[in-house]
Amino acid sequence: MAVTVPILRQGSVLIASIQEDLCDSDILNLQSRILEDVIKCRAKAVIIDVSAIGVLDSFGTKTLTEIAYSVKMRGAETVIVGIQPDVALSMVLLGLTLRDIPTALDLDHGLALIGGS
Amino acid sequence: MQAQEPVDSQIQAIRRDADVISARQMGRRLAEDMGFGRPDQALIATAISELARNIVVYAGYGEIEVSVVRQGHRQGLRIVARDRGPGIADLGSALADGYSTGNSLGLGLPGTRRIVDDFDIRSTPGEGVEVTAVKWRRQ
Repeated sequence: MAVTVPILRQGSVLIASIQEDLCDSDILNLQSRILEDVIKCRAKAVIIDVSAIGVLDSFGTKTLTEIAYSVKMRGAETVIVGIQPDVALSMVLLGLTLRDIPTALDLDHGLALIGGS
Repeated sequence: MQAQEPVDSQIQAIRRDADVISARQMGRRLAEDMGFGRPDQALIATAISELARNIVVYAGYGEIEVSVVRQGHRQGLRIVARDRGPGIADLGSALADGYSTGNSLGLGLPGTRRIVDDFDIRSTPGEGVEVTAVKWRRQ
């Protein structure tokens, strides 16, 4: 069954809070919805909360990176928050990085990083 | 030393990307039951995710089997990924970082090999791929 990730708007910030592990097509769906919403809402920043995710593999990481770079093209920034310690370790060992993409401990730290809401 | 024949084998058929999630949940549950710590559970789930995705992307259909293996006093979780797809013509390249014939980062196979303890891949072009990976439980 397809999972639709809620994207909340808070001022000029979009917050996508992933609630469970997503399959590849769900991640691609999230990607296109974030890009649409960034334009529609004239968002300045996007926060993607991945704290409920138990696996971030090569496809998930590649897609998050693509989202962040595409959002940047719109003049907005993306912060990935809440990567769990085990997930972070797996990513590093697998050889995955989120190069140049800001990350933060949790949603509060993410909001602080982009200068509040 | 050859590992003994496995017990408690479980199989998940892989046909579409949602099956990738089912396969890694199956692996994580077994890892948890076997007493693997959370970091190793995540590594096992990640390895299964990469192997199962390769099946969906390159072969279209296959299966992931997870089982408990024993070798002397140590216990491990074995993952076998099987498909009857086109196979891999150049295994050396497929295991090199950054190489991909699909639209990916090319870290799936080499990355998986890094995060497990034992890794074996066999492929006959035209007949499919079988990858066997084992993560041993730390004593």
